[in-house]
Amino acid sequence: MMTTLAQSGFPEAMTSLTLFHYLFISAVMFTLGLIGFVTRRNLIVMFLCTEMMFQASGIALVAFSRFYLEYTGQVFVIFVLTVAAAEAAMALALVVLLFRRHETLDGSVWSLLKG
Amino acid sequence: MTSISPTLAAAGEAAMTVGSAPAWVLAIPLLPMLAVVLNTFGAIFRVKTKLPAWITIACLAGSFLATALAFMALSGQTNVVTAWKWFDLSWGTGQGQKFIADFGFYIDNLTLLWMLFVTGLATLIAVYASEYMEHDVGKGYTRFFVAFGLFVFSMTCLVMGDNMLMLYLGWEGVGLCSYLLIGYFYKKPAAVAAAKKAFIVNRIGDLGLAIGVMLTFVHFGTLEYAQLFQSEQLLGYIAAVQEGRAGDVPLMAQLIAVFLMIGAFGKSAQFPLYVWLPDAMEGPTPVSALIHAATMVTAGVYLIARMLPVFLVSEWALPIVAWVGTFTALLAATIGMAQFDIKRIMAYSTVSQLGYMFAGVAMLSSVGGVYHVVTHAFFKALLFLCCGAVMHGFAGQLDLRKLSGLWHMKGWRVVSIGMLVGCLNLAGVPFTAGFFSKDMIIAEAFVTPGYGYSFLGWTLLFTAGLTAYYTFRVFFRVFTGPVQYEPGDEHHGEDDHGHDGHSHEDHAADHFHPHPPRFAINFVLTTLSVLAILAAGLYFVSPEKHGWVGDMLEESTAHNIYTDDHSAAAMFLIDDSAHAAHDTHGAHDTHDAHAGEHAHGAHGSILGFDPHKVMYYISAVFGLTGIALAAYLHGPRGMVSGFLGNRVEAGKCRMDAVAKAFDPIPRWAENKWYVDEFYHFLFVRPLWVISYIFQTIDKLLVDGLVNLFGYLPRLLGRGAQPGQSGVLNGYALSMAGGVGVILFIVVLVTL
Repeated sequence: MMTTLAQSGFPEAMTSLTLFHYLFISAVMFTLGLIGFVTRRNLIVMFLCTEMMFQASGIALVAFSRFYLEYTGQVFVIFVLTVAAAEAAMALALVVLLFRRHETLDGSVWSLLKG
Repeated sequence: MTSISPTLAAAGEAAMTVGSAPAWVLAIPLLPMLAVVLNTFGAIFRVKTKLPAWITIACLAGSFLATALAFMALSGQTNVVTAWKWFDLSWGTGQGQKFIADFGFYIDNLTLLWMLFVTGLATLIAVYASEYMEHDVGKGYTRFFVAFGLFVFSMTCLVMGDNMLMLYLGWEGVGLCSYLLIGYFYKKPAAVAAAKKAFIVNRIGDLGLAIGVMLTFVHFGTLEYAQLFQSEQLLGYIAAVQEGRAGDVPLMAQLIAVFLMIGAFGKSAQFPLYVWLPDAMEGPTPVSALIHAATMVTAGVYLIARMLPVFLVSEWALPIVAWVGTFTALLAATIGMAQFDIKRIMAYSTVSQLGYMFAGVAMLSSVGGVYHVVTHAFFKALLFLCCGAVMHGFAGQLDLRKLSGLWHMKGWRVVSIGMLVGCLNLAGVPFTAGFFSKDMIIAEAFVTPGYGYSFLGWTLLFTAGLTAYYTFRVFFRVFTGPVQYEPGDEHHGEDDHGHDGHSHEDHAADHFHPHPPRFAINFVLTTLSVLAILAAGLYFVSPEKHGWVGDMLEESTAHNIYTDDHSAAAMFLIDDSAHAAHDTHGAHDTHDAHAGEHAHGAHGSILGFDPHKVMYYISAVFGLTGIALAAYLHGPRGMVSGFLGNRVEAGKCRMDAVAKAFDPIPRWAENKWYVDEFYHFLFVRPLWVISYIFQTIDKLLVDGLVNLFGYLPRLLGRGAQPGQSGVLNGYALSMAGGVGVILFIVVLVTL
């Protein structure tokens, strides 16, 4: 029998995993991914950071799904994962192509839209 | 007044019996239109032959034939034929609450008379133009004949339209064609400027006509001639004027004539709107002959002749027309005397002769005026076409100081004889057509009492002398004397005048061969010479009615219902003695040469004689004096056993010394009395200043506002530009920041 956050008496001692923990992990992962995306210049690392943000949102969805005993969120995550896989193939291919252009993985080389 | 009722009845009767003409009369206007349509296709398919000329000639000849048939079948009647309904509006049942203007044609004697010489001359001149314009075959040839046909169509609308709206349509149409044809050589700046000038000056006159037409509708409630001329209102006014109550005619009715008069002055190049006509000579010569000498410029005379009943109710319109016409005749003659360009001289003489016509119709001699229109149409067209032949043959040379002795050159005899016939007519040498028609006008000036008309008569006589002088100045300088010529600077292109081997690039005099006219031009010149001579015979057709023209006009609105009584003009003077004369005089009169036998009660007199009797001699004296003077000053050596003339080369004659003696005057006359410069100063300059002011306002205020609104987004973009760094991470950061801000707001709001 799973207890809700309200039932669990947060912030009690961490006797069991509550929704809060999942959401916390999700938020941390998302923030790390965002910081990585903003600070790093390496295209592959930036791509990995976006993947991390994806998974963070996935975790949040699954947690909510479990919390409300509603399967929509989990189904959604399955779809997100599928799309992410396809997108990963595309993105890596793009990275390879971009690398061939400038012989570097530095994202700041690509600044054609500078006003 | 006993004589009122018969004359009124006669006027009413003439207008009452309006029949309907057979439909084939429509061929007169529609055949020229057909030529326009066919030639337009010719232009689309880029015809490279003389086909457009043949189409035009055929259609115009058909139109002339239809006119001739109409003349035989319908002369003496008034008929209306409607092609289709044009305007048919009504907004009530009361008088003046409906507006009807059909695309219809009004066939009476005045119309037929006009159309006979318009279509006849147009056909002949189209034949002439087929040769004259041949250096433009494949280039502007089709364009020329499209405008030519359109002109004739417009002229038929103007002359034959059965309402004033049709007249206005034709009036504007001929103005447009005149513009198109003056500017025919559109690569020549002078031609473009002349076309613009003609159009703009005509606009002033056309505004007068437009106002006149509108006032006619407002006042009489109809624009249809058939309705207008038998409207009780108009007949009532005429009766009032006849009874000496001219003051009873409302001001508006009197103003109609004044505005129509302004329109007539514009189209017929009368002072002060005459300045466009001499410049119009930039157009091809056939155009000058047809439009700017024979037909279009007489539209003003037609307007007054057609609307004579309306003019008669105005106290001032006709006297103003008479004075302006006479003044224009004199002014243009003085300018013509000093010009050196033979085409310009002819242009000024056209202005001058139009002045005679206006004086004629205005002095209640519509017969004289219209007769002069007819004779002038023939001899002036002839003169222009001769000048054109010279211009064509000498590469555009028109300076009479550089041409001499054409009579003695091979191939130029037809042109020389044509020119002589034209000059004799224009100079008013006895027994020519121009002599009879001009005399009729001048005699009428002495006969008609009123507003200093006898002074105008003397002025016109003096002008006749000047006319004879400048006419024969051209003839003696260009056609007699030693053979000398210099080519003009006109590049004739790859023409085929029998000397193809010549390079036209070097127009050096020793390489230049003038090419005499060939068959088409000679044929037209011969025909016109014969017609110009025969036109004199019209005078003898029915002498008791002032010749054939008088006979014709008797059955039209141009027939002045007072013509039978010269004292009628006196009614404007409110003069008892004139009225007395009016009564005793009754319906008499044959004011031709035999008229002297009658008792001329109110007739004016000239030097104590009856004008109609002695005018022939007096005007002959003036004319012959002018010719003698021209012979003395410009004639070649050896004329009349060495007494007259001593010119031995083209550019030098006795006149040079005379011109020097009177120094500034001939120079001023040559510069057209600086009228153009005066207009330029008076009208053009102020317009320039105004337009400059408006341009500045436009530039600063209007453009400024528009540009400001255009500049604002650019300014905004300039401000936001640094945000576009091109760095991927930067975009991500700003995106994250944006989401953060939104979240922050959401949290703030929901808490």
